[in-house]
Amino acid sequence: MKKQELLRAENVSEVFGGLKAVSDFNFYINEGELVGLIGPNGAGKTTAFNLFTGVYKPTSGTISFAGKSIVGLKPHEITQQGIARTFQNIRLFSELSVLDNVKIAHHSRIKYGLGEAVLRVGRYLTEETAVEEESLRLLSIFKLESHAYELARELPYGAQRRLEIARALATQPKLLLLDEPAAGMNPQETKELMDMIRWVRDEFKLTVLLIEHDMSLVMGICERIYVLEYGMVIASGTPQEIQTNPDVIKAYLGGEE
Amino acid sequence: MFLALGLIVFALLQGLMAAKIIGSFWQLNITIIGINIILAASLNLINGYTGQFSLGHAGFMAVGAYVSVVLTTNFQVPFVPALLVGGVMAGLLGFLIGLPTLRLKGDYLAIATLGLGEIIRIVIMNIPYVGGAAGFKGIPHHTTFAWVFGFMLLTLFFIKNFVNSTHGRACIAIRENEIAAEAMGINTTKYKVMAFTIGAGFAGIAGGLFAHMFYIISPASFTFMQSFNYLIMVVLGGLGSLTGAIAGAFFVTFISAALASVPEFRMIIFALLLILLMFYRPQGLFGYVEITHLGPWREFFLRKERAKR
Ligand SMILES: Nc1ncnc2c1ncn2[C@@H]1O[C@H](COP(=O)(O)OP(=O)(O)OP(=O)(O)O)[C@@H](O)[C@H]1O
Ligand SMILES: [Mg+2]
Repeated sequence: MKKQELLRAENVSEVFGGLKAVSDFNFYINEGELVGLIGPNGAGKTTAFNLFTGVYKPTSGTISFAGKSIVGLKPHEITQQGIARTFQNIRLFSELSVLDNVKIAHHSRIKYGLGEAVLRVGRYLTEETAVEEESLRLLSIFKLESHAYELARELPYGAQRRLEIARALATQPKLLLLDEPAAGMNPQETKELMDMIRWVRDEFKLTVLLIEHDMSLVMGICERIYVLEYGMVIASGTPQEIQTNPDVIKAYLGGEE
Repeated sequence: MFLALGLIVFALLQGLMAAKIIGSFWQLNITIIGINIILAASLNLINGYTGQFSLGHAGFMAVGAYVSVVLTTNFQVPFVPALLVGGVMAGLLGFLIGLPTLRLKGDYLAIATLGLGEIIRIVIMNIPYVGGAAGFKGIPHHTTFAWVFGFMLLTLFFIKNFVNSTHGRACIAIRENEIAAEAMGINTTKYKVMAFTIGAGFAGIAGGLFAHMFYIISPASFTFMQSFNYLIMVVLGGLGSLTGAIAGAFFVTFISAALASVPEFRMIIFALLLILLMFYRPQGLFGYVEITHLGPWREFFLRKERAKR
């Protein structure tokens, strides 16, 4: 049952001017998996996320989600299909309240029309109440409920990263893409985040793909790992296989020392 | 709650006018303030809430004005239906213009909308049927303070409820971060065009109300200087605040009226005000804040919110 394939990329390349940011990228992730995508700076990890979420259109290759091609769909259409993401350089709605940030992400599931909204009747009332409750529940999962009415930009850095995850979850995704969720966090926060990601994956029956530089986090929670270098996959496999792969040690892990 | 407050203000003003405490000069100006509130609030939906810098508001106002005066004067259509048709036509034009231009960002959008506003005016100037540059004459004097106040309340009610719904939140999300808004499943093109269309529609209604105050209107009333005026109201009052739009409309109209005899002076004062504002309060008088969020009001509304749970 768990072996259902959710996302697959075949021979995907993305060229910026003369630079091949991603080349012949082959990738898959099964339902319920927690997979890591690692590699040195500029390897093309974020570009891969942008390709999956429709921010960029692949120069060549195919990407399919739940068996259907998603190439050429707009980002909001892909989100509606069930892929949500966070951003490496945090992109919150910074002048809005923490609660509103999460409420906005419910957008595509709200059914009331313009008329009901302006007259404040019918589904407006029931759906708005439900959205508010659901948003507060998500905030409490991420220990943000006490900040619900503060502006997003006033949150401490780690809390902003958690809010990005809460907001992404509010779109009710099947696949969650996390771009360096632990960046800028201290070891204690990173540890808590790891537990949270694992818990969220089980609780929401999610599939998670994460980019991360923090090796303890990646090796600790990922079931499979892809290693990118210069836009190409140089290795993939379990954390043990990656840690002992000579190419990876040379290209990436060794490079850190 | 909101409507009740509106009615009290209306009764008060109407009473003062009937008792001749407010003279006809200020009566005219209060009516114009009402119309300007509609224009500032609708422009704020585009510029303030959705963050799309539009400079063509006078153009949409002109469309509403001309459509409605042709209907009432040449076809004897009753006032309110004529106003509404004017609003719908302006909205339709806003939709058609918005679809291609809203792909542009920032300065480019501002220049494009400024140009299109001028094009609308020049097209009207070259239609002999509506009097060309000389203007359209013989307009029945339908606009009363009561109608203006009613439509003003309608506009504020509509926009207030709009921005507090998922549709309005989508617009605000675009202003805050367009890429993140897309990633949250918001069709950003759709909502930009929607805000632009609604804003243009209300500008059209305001144009109709404005036109029926006079015997004659001419394209010269709808130049880009006029668009700038509404922009000043919105920027002074606060981008993204309805309270701010109201305050801005009051302030600018009031100063314009008070300095009517020295028009050069007027622009200097506005220029200075804007410069000071940019230095000391770039978010405008109210920023993103509504009066209902301030001081004692805040307590009152928060308590109401909590009681709901
Ligand atoms: N829009 C773009 N236009 C041109 N070049 C780009 C663009 N986006 C990314 N690149 C380039 O593509 C390469 C891969 O970038 P990418 O952001 O995917 O790297 P990354 O693996 O996420 O790196 P990091 O660990 O630093 O986040 C880099 O050389 C980058 O400069
Ligand atoms: Mg990156």
